[in-house]
Amino acid sequence: MTVQVSSTVTPRVARRRRRTRLSATGVLGEIAKHSLLVVLSASFILPLYWMAMSALKNLDQVFVIPPVWFPIPPRWINYVEAWQFDDFNLYTLNTVVRYAIPVTIGSVLSNVVVAYGFSRIYWRGRDVLFSICLMTMMIPGQVTMVPVFIIFKHLGWVNSYRPLVVPAFFANAYTIFMLRQFFRTIPRELSEAALIDGAGEFTIMWRIIMPLVKPALAVVALSAFMGAWNDYMGPLIYINQTHLYPLAMGLARLSAALNQPGIKGMVYPYMMAVSTIVTLPSVFIFFFAQRTFIEGIVLTGIKG
Amino acid sequence: MRAVARRRERMTATERRRVLTGLLFVSPWLIGFLTWIIYPLVSSFYYSFTRYDVLRSPVFIGLKNYVELFTSDPHFRVVLPNTFYYVGLGTPLALVTAFLLATLLNTRIVGRSVFRTIFYFPAIVPAFVLAMVWSYLLNPQYGAINAVLQAAGMKTIPFLTSPALAKPTLIVIGMWASGYSMVLYLATLQNVPRELYEAATVDGANALQRFWNVTIPMCTPVILFTLVTGIIYGFQDFTLPWLLTNGGPSESTEFYALHLFRNAFRFLRMGKASAMAWILFLIIVVLTFILFKSSGRFVYYADTSE
Repeated sequence: MTVQVSSTVTPRVARRRRRTRLSATGVLGEIAKHSLLVVLSASFILPLYWMAMSALKNLDQVFVIPPVWFPIPPRWINYVEAWQFDDFNLYTLNTVVRYAIPVTIGSVLSNVVVAYGFSRIYWRGRDVLFSICLMTMMIPGQVTMVPVFIIFKHLGWVNSYRPLVVPAFFANAYTIFMLRQFFRTIPRELSEAALIDGAGEFTIMWRIIMPLVKPALAVVALSAFMGAWNDYMGPLIYINQTHLYPLAMGLARLSAALNQPGIKGMVYPYMMAVSTIVTLPSVFIFFFAQRTFIEGIVLTGIKG
Repeated sequence: MRAVARRRERMTATERRRVLTGLLFVSPWLIGFLTWIIYPLVSSFYYSFTRYDVLRSPVFIGLKNYVELFTSDPHFRVVLPNTFYYVGLGTPLALVTAFLLATLLNTRIVGRSVFRTIFYFPAIVPAFVLAMVWSYLLNPQYGAINAVLQAAGMKTIPFLTSPALAKPTLIVIGMWASGYSMVLYLATLQNVPRELYEAATVDGANALQRFWNVTIPMCTPVILFTLVTGIIYGFQDFTLPWLLTNGGPSESTEFYALHLFRNAFRFLRMGKASAMAWILFLIIVVLTFILFKSSGRFVYYADTSE
């Protein structure tokens, strides 16, 4: 199934063969189409270009009309000033160490084991339980939000990252589903051969299946990390002490400085500088794992 | 005959051991399911009939929360149509955008993967960053878009400061960030067998007819999937409207998730928030049910080998 997907996603060979000579109207059509694509992609990228460029503006360039699209000279020191404007080192540390890393560990461990149980072991009642698991994806987070908050409040976990981290150790339907799709692409005979050799299910999972789905595990880990990195609502519910803020709340706090008198001018470049930095990991991860990510999207979206 | 029947009912020792192993493996999910889903569902249902501010224990007040929401709450009356407008228009428009982009990318194109990456790009930027960027871009005085309009001698547009424009603006931002569905559609389009197009061409179908009679039917399962998930997530959309407009101006972007959050964690009206949550749940269940029931009419399942 994996092979099939990757071969159909990029049918380069088939395409190359079909390339024939174009007529004059065909050439015009191609030019029109490509121009449309260039215009469209410019409008898609422009807001983010604006973000990156505005991060380099000086005070005079922020509020001028027409707007400055190439700040010359670029004011790179904005990055340093923005970072020091508030305690962004601490916010980064909170996001990564207190939130994203523990969530990643929990998510990979729990989802692998559960997805294995839902795909590689054949037991009575499995499919019923799995369809219940799938159905839970339909339940809006808002329905469980209040009681879950109350549970954590009674545990005294408000103003800590535990309410956001601990549930990650109990798997989640979407990731289970995605991993299961990957696990199912591995031939059953492989497990059976190991079973005959006397290996237990846990050994098979650890020694045989996991090495085969490394890209899928990377997707799970990266999505969990990015999920925590991008989360704003979770911390907004549970974290209300500034020294525990994640980056998301730190950035929102920086934007609130716009409403304070005095320092207004440079807040926009600072906001854009921090925004650019915060976006970079997503960009790196995306380019690093684009293929696998898209395969994951396709496996859950189409083959479901 | 009897013996066979009995054997089917009773599990053998191996079967029983298998069930135990299976349960052991899925136990993290099972425990989580009971703790973070079943228990909260039940208690949220109970809270929805109470007055509860977390500090004191809940007081049972019957249907009062529900009655208040539908009869005397001036906000809920606005929140409901706001949300239906936002989801009802925003989700289909985002999907249409994604589909058209994917269709465009599926033709013969130089540098397809570059364009695909660019169209997907906005979808990977964190929502709270998008809020920052758009709040600057759309600022009526200093924002780039209005500055360009001003420089061209045109009037500025109060994108986020006018109650009439705030919702459409958020919908357009949603269309801009619809890259996730685009990737799905593109992969689906590339899976459509060439022979179907060739057969249609032989039968004399033009490009538009091929699009309408081959491309769209072959994509309907994925369209259904993205529509259902899009609606479910649309109703829960929080971060972007919260940070960009915070429900304003004059409650024009006060959507369901925002209002629920405000009631629960700003006004500490947990009972009312729970009632809202259950109404939302009901809406989503009904909409999903209708979509799946009616899907038989417009979804075409090609019998693939998988």
